[in-house]
Amino acid sequence: MGGLQRLKRNPAAVAGLAVLGIIMLLACFGQYLTPHAIDEVFWDRISAPPDIDAGFYFGTDANGRDLFARTLEGARVSLLVGVSASLISLVIGVAYGATAGYLGGKTDNVMMRIVDILYSLPFVFFVILLTVYVGRSLSVIFITIGAVIWLDMARIVRGQTLALKHRDFVEAARALGASDRRILMRHIIPNLWGPVIISVLLVIPDAILTESFLSFLGLGVQEPDTSWGVLIGDGAQNMMGAPWSLLFPGGFLAVTLLAFNFAGDGVRDALDIRS
Amino acid sequence: MLSLVVKRFVGAIPTLFIIITMTFVMMRLTPGGPFDTGRVVSPEVQANLLRAYHLDEPLYLQYFRYLKELAHGDFGPSFTSKDFTVTQLIRQGFPVSLELGLSAMALALVVGLGLGTFGALHRNRPADHAVIAFSLIGIIIPNFVMAPILTLVFGVTLQWLPAGGWGNGHQLAYKILPVIALALPRISSIARLSRTSMIEAMQMPFIRTAYAKGLPQHLVLMRHAARAAILPVVSYLGPATAGIITGSIIVEQVFSIPGIGRYFVDAALNRDYTLVSGVVVFYGCIIVLFNLIVDVLYGVLDPRIGRR
Repeated sequence: MGGLQRLKRNPAAVAGLAVLGIIMLLACFGQYLTPHAIDEVFWDRISAPPDIDAGFYFGTDANGRDLFARTLEGARVSLLVGVSASLISLVIGVAYGATAGYLGGKTDNVMMRIVDILYSLPFVFFVILLTVYVGRSLSVIFITIGAVIWLDMARIVRGQTLALKHRDFVEAARALGASDRRILMRHIIPNLWGPVIISVLLVIPDAILTESFLSFLGLGVQEPDTSWGVLIGDGAQNMMGAPWSLLFPGGFLAVTLLAFNFAGDGVRDALDIRS
Repeated sequence: MLSLVVKRFVGAIPTLFIIITMTFVMMRLTPGGPFDTGRVVSPEVQANLLRAYHLDEPLYLQYFRYLKELAHGDFGPSFTSKDFTVTQLIRQGFPVSLELGLSAMALALVVGLGLGTFGALHRNRPADHAVIAFSLIGIIIPNFVMAPILTLVFGVTLQWLPAGGWGNGHQLAYKILPVIALALPRISSIARLSRTSMIEAMQMPFIRTAYAKGLPQHLVLMRHAARAAILPVVSYLGPATAGIITGSIIVEQVFSIPGIGRYFVDAALNRDYTLVSGVVVFYGCIIVLFNLIVDVLYGVLDPRIGRR
């Protein structure tokens, strides 16, 4: 495990992973840190500034709801969308990339040419188009985001498969008469975990950004549900009187993106894989 | 050179068809079409509506009709803005969006290349670290957080610049904040890219030769290093265009700028099917066109490409 040691020696990556861990814990257990429910309205505190003594750590929004509770709920939804979308893109990307890389030749050419074409398309627009036609529910959002961000994953996995398929253990499996399918499932895909971890770390922030972008515009997560994008959108409309309602969710999003950035770079250097 | 242009042009056609076909498929095959408004209409009215929009024809005929209309620049009527065709709305908004986008791209190129080169020349010194830190800001603070913060700070608190609107279209003050907000993420990416490629270029043997024959630093930079270092930035211009178009949706929304992006968001919120689809196809064409220009530019700048 030389990779793990290299990772430990990279302070930025360790800090990034630690911050991600904290944010994930907050997203899971944050509801126990505040006495207020996410949809409880405090009529005497409309757009009130942060008040630690009263338990309103981040103040309240324009509807008098506790912003701390809502920011943590936003973290839960945003991370959920990020992780679900990246899992969907993982399934598609690994299947597609491994198949293209393993089969090689003309099939590989055609499959990767398709990826190139899709890569140059403005995908956010197709996601918006889909939300217009299909509707705006949380599952639609992460399925569509997952379905459009698998391209990076496919490219990385293909490159790695190309490198793997002439290794001795693959030749040995073939010599023993294993079918293509078996070689792919038992020998190639289990050896792809390194690049796949990196792509997941790259894809999750992408998915979170796309979801926030949509929700900011009012096209993503809908009230009374919330996410960082929804909160930032509300905060932007409300920022003249209550700048904290923009700064807290925006800050959380920025810190998360920064942590993913450092963690992703660190893991990539540690595993020493160039895509 | 001409063969390169023709080759890239032919290569762009499949992309265009994929965009148009995907849009068409989504328009026609999703349940709950534009007439599914919950209002009860008699079967005769329903049939007349379908016939009026040619929705009763077989799909392939509808597809060819759609292609034919697009080829004539006809995106159909808008479903919610009565009396306007989608083409009219796009034509109204496009000059504003184009000006915003091109200004942001120009600003991003100038500042990004400047910062990147500056960082590369002061490699691993404080100035370089400042460039790296600055370029991180543009990557971790997305447009939709940065644009409201800029409005709040410079528009509302300091009151140096208008907090929104586009003025009469000729007032520079209205354009400064939106252009900066749109350019920032691209400045970051270009600074990062050009810093790396400049550092690589400066280690090439021909740079040592240029110094050895006594050229002053600015000439080494301009004549030799810049030519090699600019190539990754040029190939980034394609994705940058897509990023600027996506970002302009946010910026136009935050600053209330009457461009295509605002129509697009309103249309998506009101489920104006034809307008949304029309804008997607239109933006798709713009992106394909820009990618084409970038490809050709790359071929011109890098003679190795043209000969292949």
